[in-house]
Amino acid sequence: MTEYHLQTPLSGKDVEKLVAGDVVFLSGPLFTARDKAHALIRRTGCPVSLQGAVLYHCGPLIKDDRVLSAGPTTSGRMARYTDDILLLGVRAIIGKGGLPGEPFRDKAVYLAYPGGCGAAAAQQLRVLGVHLPELGMAESLWEFEARDFGPMIVAVDTHGKDLYQEVRRSAQKQEMD
Amino acid sequence: MRKKVVEATVRALQRAETSLPDWVLQRIEEAAAKESHPLARHHLQFMLENVKIAGERGLPLCQDTGLTIFHVQMGRDLSLDFSLSEAIAEGVRIATREIPLRPNAVHPLTRKNSGDNTGPGMPDIILDYVDGRGLSLTAFPKGAGSENMSLVGMLNPADDPFDFIFRTVAERAANACPPLFLGIGLGGSFDLAARLAKRALLNMPGESLEELQLLERINSLGIGPMGLGGDTTALGIKIEKAFCHTASLPVAINFQCWANRCEKVVIQ
Repeated sequence: MTEYHLQTPLSGKDVEKLVAGDVVFLSGPLFTARDKAHALIRRTGCPVSLQGAVLYHCGPLIKDDRVLSAGPTTSGRMARYTDDILLLGVRAIIGKGGLPGEPFRDKAVYLAYPGGCGAAAAQQLRVLGVHLPELGMAESLWEFEARDFGPMIVAVDTHGKDLYQEVRRSAQKQEMD
Repeated sequence: MRKKVVEATVRALQRAETSLPDWVLQRIEEAAAKESHPLARHHLQFMLENVKIAGERGLPLCQDTGLTIFHVQMGRDLSLDFSLSEAIAEGVRIATREIPLRPNAVHPLTRKNSGDNTGPGMPDIILDYVDGRGLSLTAFPKGAGSENMSLVGMLNPADDPFDFIFRTVAERAANACPPLFLGIGLGGSFDLAARLAKRALLNMPGESLEELQLLERINSLGIGPMGLGGDTTALGIKIEKAFCHTASLPVAINFQCWANRCEKVVIQ
């Protein structure tokens, strides 16, 4: 378990060295996207370049361009879009609950931010801009500047290791006993 | 009186969104002290840190400020010359602007957001009559992460309801922001089971033998905080029961994330 402090956008090299179980803190720009933004990106493309980008599954609470609370949302709802999103060059997806690991292989990592910790997350984020504002506060594509955003756990790495899957397997074994 | 109800609604939401009940904090603290997995311990400590930041700065501890659900206990001898539900809805609209809350309530098909957390059926008010002339209101904001994992099963009376609960929790816990609180509705009808499960969450904590045994069994799965492994998968289970049809066995499981937000205000 190694601790990394990385600068966004991320390169292939940055994510390749991460192993499931490592702890990551990110600084630099990142984008939020959840249900509606994903659907729209699939239909009409993304209004910003996601090359090397970090995509945060988050519907923040914002007032007057100040981030008040911004923890992760359940990534599972966006699982159907993972291939599309990674094709756009995204190097890391942040969320909670995990995503099927296969699309991440040799491409990107999945980082788990502790769920429900919106107030703590807000202290590490500030608003740079907003795209697709017509989708409303929770669903817009917010552009944040992160400052040592974390701790996040590498839950899916580029080498095919998936922490959620491991926990699920061991729970299933326990269930059988 | 109407003004008092509106103010109580805002006050209850303000406290519910920015703090946790003492007994909930205590359970997280106890779990953190006992937890054997370093990563899980770290998660539990970060959750406690988050609650501290939220309290100090008056910020909602989770960005999912939830659907607005209220439990109202109203004295049988009290008569109101105004609509209770409209007064609470007005409080929700004010709270949405002032705390502020994230606007979460949308039309189920058009997905259009009302912008103020109210709409047909919202806020959801669970009303009980009690003796006397008193009036109290409990805000129970419910986030979607845990609510989405909830389930009603219409079991065969020959099935074991505890096995069903155990398997459902094992499969769904990771997405519901564990460690969890589980409200179980056992019996009744399709919809009564679901309401019992919600009431179970409102009535926590549960300490009966069957509740404690189920809790131990779920924690033996090792799913842990946020589904990333650990001893702490659930912090509490409460079961509410009702008689059911001789041919039925309804079982409802209402998942609640670790941020079990709840605040009661007594209106004088």
